[in-house]
Amino acid sequence: MKGLLKFITCGSVDDGKSTLIGHILYDAKLLYADQEKALELDSKVGSRSGKIDYSLLLDGLMAEREQGITIDVAYRYFTTDNRSFIVADTPGHEEYTRNMAVGASFADLAVILVDASQGVLVQTRRHARICKLMGIRHFVFAVNKMDLVGYSEDVFNQIKVQIAELAQTHSLSNIQVIPLSATEGDNVTIKSKNIPWYQGPALLEYLENVDTSSSAQEKGFYMPVQRVSRPDRTFRGFQGQIESGTVHVGDVIKSLPSYEKASVKSILYTNKNVDEAHAGEPVTISLDREVDVSRGCVLARDASIGSYKKINASLLWMDDEPLSLGKDYLVKIGTKIIPGALTKIDYAIDVNSGAHLDAESISKNEIAVCELVFAEAIVVDLFEKHKTLGELILIDRVTHATAACGVVEALYEKQVQSQEKAAFVQGDHYGRGEIFEEFFYDTATFSVVKQQPVKQHYTIGDEIPTSGESYHYPDDFDIIILRDSIAVKVRGKRIAEITTTKDFRYGNVPVINGRGFEIKVHSDEDVKRLLREYTDAVDSGCEEFFRKWTVFDTYRKVVIH
Amino acid sequence: MENNSHLDELEAEAIYIIREVAAECEKPVMLYSIGKDSSVMLHLAIKAFYPEKPPFPFLHVNTTWKFREMIEFRDKVAAKYGIEMLEYINQDGVKQGINPFNHGAAYTDIMKTQALKQALNKYGFTAAFGGGRRDEEKSRAKERIFSFRNSAHAWDPKNQRPEMWKLYNTKINKGESIRVFPISNWTEKDIWQYIKRENIDIVPLYFAAERPVVNRDGNLIMVDDERLPLREGEKPEIKSVRFRTLGCYPLTGGVESTAKTLDEIIEETLSAVSSERTSRVIDNEAAGSMERRKREGYF
Repeated sequence: MKGLLKFITCGSVDDGKSTLIGHILYDAKLLYADQEKALELDSKVGSRSGKIDYSLLLDGLMAEREQGITIDVAYRYFTTDNRSFIVADTPGHEEYTRNMAVGASFADLAVILVDASQGVLVQTRRHARICKLMGIRHFVFAVNKMDLVGYSEDVFNQIKVQIAELAQTHSLSNIQVIPLSATEGDNVTIKSKNIPWYQGPALLEYLENVDTSSSAQEKGFYMPVQRVSRPDRTFRGFQGQIESGTVHVGDVIKSLPSYEKASVKSILYTNKNVDEAHAGEPVTISLDREVDVSRGCVLARDASIGSYKKINASLLWMDDEPLSLGKDYLVKIGTKIIPGALTKIDYAIDVNSGAHLDAESISKNEIAVCELVFAEAIVVDLFEKHKTLGELILIDRVTHATAACGVVEALYEKQVQSQEKAAFVQGDHYGRGEIFEEFFYDTATFSVVKQQPVKQHYTIGDEIPTSGESYHYPDDFDIIILRDSIAVKVRGKRIAEITTTKDFRYGNVPVINGRGFEIKVHSDEDVKRLLREYTDAVDSGCEEFFRKWTVFDTYRKVVIH
Repeated sequence: MENNSHLDELEAEAIYIIREVAAECEKPVMLYSIGKDSSVMLHLAIKAFYPEKPPFPFLHVNTTWKFREMIEFRDKVAAKYGIEMLEYINQDGVKQGINPFNHGAAYTDIMKTQALKQALNKYGFTAAFGGGRRDEEKSRAKERIFSFRNSAHAWDPKNQRPEMWKLYNTKINKGESIRVFPISNWTEKDIWQYIKRENIDIVPLYFAAERPVVNRDGNLIMVDDERLPLREGEKPEIKSVRFRTLGCYPLTGGVESTAKTLDEIIEETLSAVSSERTSRVIDNEAAGSMERRKREGYF
């Protein structure tokens, strides 16, 4: 048995989408008896009294039944002997394009209806464009109402040519064209005797057998972190869903955007310990050392993913409020939410014809290619390369409406880690400069976030900024950067010495760690004990160690932002 | 194995949703109705956060007319997992003597819809998980996984927030709240197969047993305690029945069945001729009744 197939149906107003799906459910006897009774009852009060109206199965909202059209996506579930299906029936009207896009973003395959008596229409092009934009890679063109054109092979072939042209303009792949009649049941669930010249499968047979899994291969392993789990002092796990690849216990992985490396200590697949985990699985990963990881970070291996400050994206506008250049929106990519501004519209795209247009703004249901600049560099990739890191939504900061959705088309201003991060450098000695990190309580996300505003290297003789928004160090102090085994002496706000921690001697001035927390040491003996206990703590968990030796708020605080 | 992969996909989707809410929403709660869908949702929450406990409480809105076995089961489950289980009863309704026999639709409104709104307001919950599934009813088939409610807890079906990929927008304004349905895409069959695969405890009422029932307007109503007023000519009979959904006992019709194991239940479900909500008396009132109740704040 094949896995679950999620597909959508789309077509213009009277192409009969709902009728088609209603017919599949009815024919395949997938309706429960009382739903069938309700259908007959509904048909009597509906517009087409008497004959069964299959579309009433799907148009569930009262407003839809009153108007006889589909407004929002309806999800239906059915199982045949060969496969389980979820079908999203989407509205065809242009004014509900955004609802159609909701269905398309959910699906692996699109069934696009074409009315045989009318051929490929403007709406057909619009639907194909939205499906492609949302990442659908498999298409069925159902040429419907063949009964109205006398089951003519000539008519069908003409439409096939139009579809081939359409497929070429939109670079659609994996296309199947099927002649059928939804009301009469030709080639819906069983092959029609009325269309003997068609050699291919009926629609349901095709859907039961199509393989959509192979087209989704992505490079390497990556997992956006949803949350950090800390049930007690000994356990710190990163929870998320693996988006591609496989991860094993012992693998060296990178945490982005910090680029810090660590080995995988354990993997939980839901509540079971496993040695390896695969794409699609929800896991909790623990690492063998202390690494900066929080929600919005990405764990990766061999995936060639970076962080960028600026991108180009194709956006579908969804809000009643039109796009406003320069305005700050919240951007959600993967599990990261960050402020960002639309700085430029390269061009708008006519949703029907595909023509590129000059534009200052776009409104609901319109598409444009725009430049988007984030408040800081974030982990992001091209939609084509790593889908989950190339999808985004924009959220209006005042109304909280989902203003737009989009896909990443180009990346700019890559953040190069080693040069841009603050650090203390002298010859071979390199110590990370996280003492300059700012701790903010971000009121947009209700969480504490860290920012590194100073992106500079300091060496002996340089003056350093001893005060920031959330830290204030004395003029004379020493830094012990435990992770890098580096110690730095600061005298009169200037760097006096950079050594290894082994060569460090206590100097009767306050001591802080690599993150700006006070370290409670008052002698060379204290320092020795500190270094010894740190080595042990790395193996057994650091919380006890930090509690014993460090104080956060001597020189630091969290500032509301 | 192939069959499992379909359930694995549904499980992964639900866990992703549950974790997103825990990470992004200020004050979430998981509604727990004691039924099989709630049992699956609770199990998913336990798996989503393991080895941590779910970082939110559970809430049972009690109408005071639930089957006795349901309440026993609820307390047992809360103790087993060590989770925080809140119970809310609309005490005004109790004082007014609101009951399912004399007050009909008003009973559902006061003891369920109003009670739920009161509970959410009392604790200030900003997001509430519910076990609703899209295959249950036509208006549910149209509802998003993250479904927004205004400050009066009302749903606006004509203006639902677009839901793209798995990029859920959980931002709300003061007074608004979100209902989240992590098992939206599960069917009744999926639920039963998952219960079997994961060995999930469910209320014994789902299994056939000899129970005292009366036949009332075609529904087999169990005489669960002495509060059920018998109509003229009604005499409790002992029949082998089980329940496909669980709610208030005077409003929940059982089906005659001998299915005593999960396999037998699954077998019965797969060949069922009526979809599960017909055994709930409230859904049969009028076309569009569920949508109307949801607009008024029903889950």
